[in-house]
Amino acid sequence: MSRLKAFVSRLSHLFLPLFVLALLIIVNLIKGADYFSITMVNGAFYGNIPNMLFGASELVILSIGMTLVTAASQGQDISIGETGAITSAIFVWYVLRAGDVTLLTILVGFLISCVAGLVIGAFNGTLVSVFKVQPMVATLILFLGGRSIAFMIDGKVSPILANEISNRIGTVIPGLPIQTPIILTVVFIAIVSVVLKTTNLRLYVESVGINPSAVRLNGIDPKKIIFLTFLIMGVCSAVAGFIAVNKAGRHDSVNLLKFIMMDAILAVALGGNSLGGGKFSITGSIIGAYTIEMLNRTLLRLEVNPEAIKVFKAVFIIMLMVVASPVVRVVVRKALDRAKTIASRYSRGHTGGLSNAVVSMTDTTGKKED
Amino acid sequence: MRSETVLNMEGISKSFPGVRALHNVDFTLRKGEIHALMGENGAGKSTLIKVLTGVYEKDAGQSILDGKPVHFRSPQEALSMGIGTVFQEIALCPNLTVAENMFIGRSRSRFVQWKEMNAKAEEMLSSLGIPASPTQELSSCSIAVQQMVSIARAIDMDCKILILDEPTSSLDEDEVQKLFALMRELKARGVGIIFITHFIDQVYEISDTITVLRNGELIGEYQTSKLPQIELISKMMGKALSDVSAIEKQEKSKSARSVPVFEATGLSSAAGVRPFDFTIEKGEVNGFAGLLGSGRSESVRAIFAADKVTGGEVKVNGKRVKLKTPLHAMKKGIGYLPEDRKRDGIIGELSVRDNIILALQVMKGFFRPLSRKQAEEFAVEYIQKLGIKTPSIDTPIESLSGGNQQKVVLARWLLTNPMYLILDEPTRGIDVGTKVEIQKLVLKLAEDGMSLTFISSEIDEMLRVCTRLIVMKDREIVGELSGMSLTEQDTMQMIAQGGK
Repeated sequence: MSRLKAFVSRLSHLFLPLFVLALLIIVNLIKGADYFSITMVNGAFYGNIPNMLFGASELVILSIGMTLVTAASQGQDISIGETGAITSAIFVWYVLRAGDVTLLTILVGFLISCVAGLVIGAFNGTLVSVFKVQPMVATLILFLGGRSIAFMIDGKVSPILANEISNRIGTVIPGLPIQTPIILTVVFIAIVSVVLKTTNLRLYVESVGINPSAVRLNGIDPKKIIFLTFLIMGVCSAVAGFIAVNKAGRHDSVNLLKFIMMDAILAVALGGNSLGGGKFSITGSIIGAYTIEMLNRTLLRLEVNPEAIKVFKAVFIIMLMVVASPVVRVVVRKALDRAKTIASRYSRGHTGGLSNAVVSMTDTTGKKED
Repeated sequence: MRSETVLNMEGISKSFPGVRALHNVDFTLRKGEIHALMGENGAGKSTLIKVLTGVYEKDAGQSILDGKPVHFRSPQEALSMGIGTVFQEIALCPNLTVAENMFIGRSRSRFVQWKEMNAKAEEMLSSLGIPASPTQELSSCSIAVQQMVSIARAIDMDCKILILDEPTSSLDEDEVQKLFALMRELKARGVGIIFITHFIDQVYEISDTITVLRNGELIGEYQTSKLPQIELISKMMGKALSDVSAIEKQEKSKSARSVPVFEATGLSSAAGVRPFDFTIEKGEVNGFAGLLGSGRSESVRAIFAADKVTGGEVKVNGKRVKLKTPLHAMKKGIGYLPEDRKRDGIIGELSVRDNIILALQVMKGFFRPLSRKQAEEFAVEYIQKLGIKTPSIDTPIESLSGGNQQKVVLARWLLTNPMYLILDEPTRGIDVGTKVEIQKLVLKLAEDGMSLTFISSEIDEMLRVCTRLIVMKDREIVGELSGMSLTEQDTMQMIAQGGK
């Protein structure tokens, strides 16, 4: 019984992203159910759903890191796209230098780019945790300078990754029905969930984000934890950069992962996470990331003028944020309470199961704000 | 030389859900009088001020200003009627100029008349003898001058009453004297000043009259010159019966213990407590007595290394150790329940379960999380043991009542099975029933061999549980009481006189 309750309360935190996802699915269903059909082409799944999962890979990975940074430091890293551009530039530099590309080359190149991600994460993390610079300001440095650094590593415009292994990592491995970036994303998510299971990362990060002064008196150094989340963010950026550059097949230091931090922050917010830190839901952020990808694709499908697509997206997001804001939650909760009392006055003991569920849902989500 | 009354508050009552903050309190302020409002934490001083200035709505009673009943709905309204307030924290904008700070939000015109404003500020500053220039940026002034500027802001030209809530807590001796000079200047102009402070000596230096509140009730109004310090302190703390039986029980068990579990010599910290020596034996309950701000909390924070330790030597179980961070202290078997539960104790949004296991979890280490089942068992065990009232172990701790929150934080430390546990104000702001429960628990733990330091603002409570009191005044240990001399009378005598 208590387990069921816990499950329901978990679901209520995921209410916003699931609601939006459902809304988008309904819109697409109305537009034509064939949208969701999946076919097999040359032994691989093909269709809009695989495409969506494929397209969102980098965003999902980045939103995981962003969730942790947000929860611990109560701020956001806006240099993630640039970090990815730098680490992938290093990856490309290593691979092209090697000449004969083997799986080992790719693997070593990937590990080197991860180390680069750690170094960048350490840089940002030091600024935020030791020097107490606002996360957005600290990461603004690399946001502004990162692409120039990536360009300098490239040494020329858009070096091309013309090898079979990169091509397979960026698209599909023959014989496997699922595109490689999707597999990599799933593996990454699995690793993150193992880390969350086997360490105290969640407890520490959430505590630090909620009350740094109290956790210090319980033996946790908030600085170390904030630093750690930026390290993780660096690795996430490196992995996302690795996937993005293999997908593209060449390193475009100007456009690779451009402005993706906006979508990553949005995914975190959409996932029901407070941008002010504290308790977090990585599941929510992941669903949020896929939702954003789906939103982009739905707007394209609705034949919104590509020029205007950003405006539509912005309006949609504003509406969502207002609906999910504490102010509206309180108003809705009060209205529902009143409706409940009126309803119970008219029909004693006969309230619909659905309206009960809605009331309890707003109750649990509203409580956080009290 | 009693002069005419400027403010008369009669029968003021104010309740908050579950707490009676003020009950039938009278307060009178005269022209040109410096009136100290005294009382320990939770006595109702701030509530009385907030009722007067319109922050809170009063439940009963009336305020009469200059013979006319008044009813303010906001501090702005009170200010417009000549009641200015300066709070402990300086609520000014450091990057604006002195003149801007004095007039910000005051101007009735839409545009700022810079020249006029600066001239007016200049006039006020010089007439009050405040050493600052109107065009100077506020942050370039010393804290004392900033405090004076906030006073200048609070008093309009026709100010009748000035309320100073702990204005001196961040000032040094010299700065305090400057502030007092300003207060005397205002007094000479006929302004009535309400002065709230925890520094007894300052009260005797500057005030004419003292009103004492305790637990939301008026104890009395006295002329400062006719009220000895010792009496003031006893009135503030209240003369409840000391529970003699509890002390006797402790005396008996005294012979059983002899091993010092913790020893410090010359310990000092960045928080400003003077170097002090301290020992505690196995199964002993001792306490730091003294008024708020006397350095009680700073001392125990130094023991736990919560503030940066700047000197001294520490021995745990006879062995020299270096405690640099709270984690070091925790690993040596020391626990610390902080004074400010909300700020330093609870992790508000986290569940009761996570709050209970936190310290144990930290001691186990980052890579060794407790299983969910273990964590639940621990939580359930301590919820039952301490009788914590919570809907479930997953409830966020912030939605519990104060007493239950405190029990959760207590459970957190008991779960680590400490050898020495420091409790700083464990019973503040919680209901009487829980208070007694915690006192009993402390005695029980000591009987089982734990050493405890127990700090409370209520002296009778400390007498009930402690066998030895270390008395502090002005951040210094002034003496120690135990055995026969451990009485309320002696303790207060020592606090008042500063040792002997």
